Amino acid sequence: MEVVRLEHVTDFAGWRTAARSLRARSVPPEAVIWTVEGQGRDLFSDGGGPPAPAAQSANFTVPRDFMELAEDVALHRSEDRWALLYRMLWRITTGEPNLARIASDPNTARARSYARQVSQAAHKMKAFVRFREIPSDTGVEAYVAWFEPAHRVAERTAPFFARRFANMRFSILTPDVCVLWDTQQLAFAPGATPDQAPSFDELEDFWRTYYASIFNPARLNPSMMQKEMPKRYWRNLPEARLIPELIARAEARTEEMVAQAPSEPNRRALRRHEPEPSGIVDGHHPSTLEEIRAGVQACRRCDLWRDATQGVPGEGPGQARLMFVGEQPGDQEDLAGQPFVGPAGQVLNKALDEAGVPRAETYVTNAVKHFKHEMRGKRRLHKTPDTGEVTACRWWIDHERQIVRPRVVVALGATAALSVFGKPTAIAKFRQQAIQLPDQSQGVVTYHPSYLLRVPDAAAKAKAYAMFVEDLKYAWALAA
Amino acid sequence: MAVLDLKRKLAILSDAAKYDASCASSGGSKRDSSNGKGVGSTDGGMGICHAYAPDGRCISLLKILLTNFCTYDCVYCVNRVSSNVPRARFSVQEVVDLTLGFYKRNYIEGLFLSSGIIKSPDYTMEQLVLVAKTLREVHDFRGYIHLKVIPEASPALVNEAGLYADRVSINIELPKDESLVQFAPEKDLGDIKKAMGAVRLSQDASKDKAIKARAPKFAPAGQSTQMIVGADGASDGQILRRSESLYGAYKLRRVYYSAFSPIPDSSSKLPLSKPPLIREHRLYQADWLMRFYGFERAEIIGEGEDLDLAIDPKLAWALRNRGEFPVDLNVADRERLLRVPGLGVKAVDRMLDVRRFKQLRLEDVKRLTRGLEKLKPFIVTADWTPGPLTDRIDLRDRLAPKPEQLSLF
Repeated sequence: MEVVRLEHVTDFAGWRTAARSLRARSVPPEAVIWTVEGQGRDLFSDGGGPPAPAAQSANFTVPRDFMELAEDVALHRSEDRWALLYRMLWRITTGEPNLARIASDPNTARARSYARQVSQAAHKMKAFVRFREIPSDTGVEAYVAWFEPAHRVAERTAPFFARRFANMRFSILTPDVCVLWDTQQLAFAPGATPDQAPSFDELEDFWRTYYASIFNPARLNPSMMQKEMPKRYWRNLPEARLIPELIARAEARTEEMVAQAPSEPNRRALRRHEPEPSGIVDGHHPSTLEEIRAGVQACRRCDLWRDATQGVPGEGPGQARLMFVGEQPGDQEDLAGQPFVGPAGQVLNKALDEAGVPRAETYVTNAVKHFKHEMRGKRRLHKTPDTGEVTACRWWIDHERQIVRPRVVVALGATAALSVFGKPTAIAKFRQQAIQLPDQSQGVVTYHPSYLLRVPDAAAKAKAYAMFVEDLKYAWALAA
Repeated sequence: MAVLDLKRKLAILSDAAKYDASCASSGGSKRDSSNGKGVGSTDGGMGICHAYAPDGRCISLLKILLTNFCTYDCVYCVNRVSSNVPRARFSVQEVVDLTLGFYKRNYIEGLFLSSGIIKSPDYTMEQLVLVAKTLREVHDFRGYIHLKVIPEASPALVNEAGLYADRVSINIELPKDESLVQFAPEKDLGDIKKAMGAVRLSQDASKDKAIKARAPKFAPAGQSTQMIVGADGASDGQILRRSESLYGAYKLRRVYYSAFSPIPDSSSKLPLSKPPLIREHRLYQADWLMRFYGFERAEIIGEGEDLDLAIDPKLAWALRNRGEFPVDLNVADRERLLRVPGLGVKAVDRMLDVRRFKQLRLEDVKRLTRGLEKLKPFIVTADWTPGPLTDRIDLRDRLAPKPEQLSLF
C-alpha cells in the first residue's frame, strides 16, 4: 500500500506528479491511499509523503479532455476525488483512452458530476457574493465580502471579479482563501472568518426593498426558488431574511387582490380625453397619396394584414409619368414599409440604371400591399397572392393610378399583369407592346425582377435580364 | 404632492415593473471594465441570476419603471391611468445611482428600465435613453442594459436606444389582433410591429459584414417581447402562432409568456383569478420545441387548440405520432433523437458522443437521462425493445404525472 500526502486540499500539481510516478511504476489504484497535509488520516501520517519522481520518464499520454475534467474535479470537496482521478487515469492508460468521453461510465459519470457541481459553485459565487463598502482614504472605492463557496472555487472565480470590478478595490473573504484586488493585481491570502468582514452596508436596505417589491405573491413557488438559491447560501445573503415572511403572507395578499372589488377609476382618468378613433372609414375614396398611405395601414379588405408588419404603399412623385407595379412587398419591404428595397429592388435599381431610367422620377408600387408568406421553421417564405387578394387590393392600385395619372403603367410579372389588366396576360407574348388601358394610360408588361434572380441557368439569366432592361427602356421612351 | 423618499419610490416602481417577465442578462457582446474607468462586464453567454424571489423567478437586473404615471388605459396593466395605485417618478440621476450602487455590491447584472407613458411617447423614450446614455457615457458602465422601447416613439430615438442597450424589447401584450383594440385602446398593433421591424433592420445592418465598418453595434443581445396569457381568451394555438410569426418576422431572441396575474386595484373587464401557471409552463415548453428541437408550430398544435395541461407537448406529440417510434438510440440521427419525449438537448449530445465508443444499453441511458421508465416505450437500445408497449391504449395514463403533483403550482 502506498500513501501519498498532497501539500494542500487543491494541490492538483502534486496529484499530477504523484499520479505520473505511480502509474510509471504500475501501482494499481487499489494500492494507493490519497491524503492531504494537515487533514485527518493520522493513521498514515508517518508513512506518507510525496513519492519520488519516477526514475524513468513515464511513457504514456492522457487526452486533454481528461486533464481539463481532472482540474475541475480537484476543486470538489469530496474526499474521494484524488482516488477517483487516479482510477480514471489508470483505466485511460490501460486500454480505455476515451474513458473521459463516455459519460455513461460510472467513474466518468461521477467525475463529471463533481465537475458540474464545481462549475455550479463557481457560477453561484459570481451570483451570490455581496460586497459591503468600507471607508477608503485613497479616493478609490473599497469593498469587502464574506462568502462561503460550496466547493473550493474562490481562486478560480477571482479573475471574473477583477475584470468586472477592475476599478474598485475589493476583498472576498472565504474560509478557504481570501481574494484581494487593488485595481492592478490579484493576490491571495489564507482563509478568514466572518467577523473579519464588515457587518453593514447602507444600500442593503434598498436591496431588500427591491427584493420584496419585485416578488409577485400570486406566483408563489418556494421550491423553485430553493432549487436555484439553496438554503446553504442564505446566511450570507442580506435579502434572504425576508423570505419566511414573504412566503407566509403571499396567499393572504393574493386572496385580498382577488377578493377586492374593482374600484372606481380615479379622477385623472375621468378628466382624460377619450382616444380618438383611427378615422379610417372603409369605402372612403382616397384623393391624395397621404390618404393612400394611411388607408393601406388600416386596410382590412383581405386577411393578409394579420401576419404582415404593415401595408406598403407606393413611393414616388405624385405626377410621375411612369408607374411600376410589382407583385407584393417581400420580407425586407414588409419591415421597412417601402416598396422594392430588398433583393428584387436591387435588381430593379441596377436595371433602371442601365436603362437610363431615374427611379426617383417614377412611381413604384405593388399589386398587393401586404406581404403574403408562410412560415418554414424560422423563415418567412414568399407566397403568391391569390386572385381574391389581388382583386381586393385593386381598390388601392386603382386609386393610386387615379391620383398619379401616369402615362405608362409597367406590370412587373404575372400578378401585376393580372392586377393592371384585370385578366391573366402572358408576359413573353405581350412584352414590348403598348396595351391601351381604359383610363387613357398605356400598359406594358415585363418580368418581375425576382424572376430574374431565380432563373437557374447563367446564360438564360443574362438573356432575361437584357430583355428586362430593353423593356424598361421601351416603357420610358413610351412615357416621354 | 408629498415628496417620496427614495426607498418608497423604489418600492412603488419595482412593484410596478414586476409584471414584465423578462429578467434575462444573457447574450450580447463580451466586455469588461479592465481597460475602462467604470465598472461592469458581460460575458456574452449565459447571464447570472443574483437572487431568486419566493415566486421562483430569477433576479438578474434592477427591473424598474422610470415612472408609473401613465396616460394610457390598458385594462390588464397595474399602471393604467384609471388605476388607483400609488404613483412615483424617479429622476434620471436616481436610477443611475441605484444601478451603480447595486452593481458595485454585486446585487445585479445591470438595469432593465421601462416606463409609463408621460407627456408623449417621444418624451418618455428620451428619458429612458438618457438614463442609458448617462450610465454608458458619464460612468463608463459596462454592465447589461435592457431598455423598453415605446413603439410610438420616433425611429431615431429607438435607434439611439439600440446604441446604448444590450437588449431592447417591445411588448406585443396580447395574442389576438382584436384584443389590443379592446383592452389597450391607445396602443396600435401596427405601431408595435413596425417598431419590431425597425429594430430587426437596424440589427441586420449592424451585423452586415459588408457595412460593418460603418454600422455601430445595435442591441447585441437582440430583442424580446412579452405576451399576456389568460386575459383575452386566445387559444394556445393562437398564442403560439403569434410567437411563430414574431420569431420569423423580427428574429426575436425570446417571447415571454406571462400568465395574467391578479393585480392590486384591478379592472372589472378581466378575469380575477389565480394566474394560469401550468398553462404558461406548457407554452414555454412548446416554444422551446419550436426554437431548439426542430418542431414546426403546426406539428405541436392547431390554431384553435389548447395544449394538454397534464402532459408536456413533446410527449403529447409522441403519443399522437406513435408510428415514429420506437427510435433506436444507437442509430437515429440527432434530429430524431431530439423528438423522443424525455430526451433534452444535453442528453442527446452526450448520447451521440458515447455512441462513438460503445453501444448504448439501458444502464447507459439511465445515467445520461433523468428517468428511464418514461423513455422506455419510445426507445430501442442494445438490450431493450418496447414491443407492443409503444402502442398500448393506456400509455398516456401510464406516463402522465399523478394529478396531486400538479397542485404544486
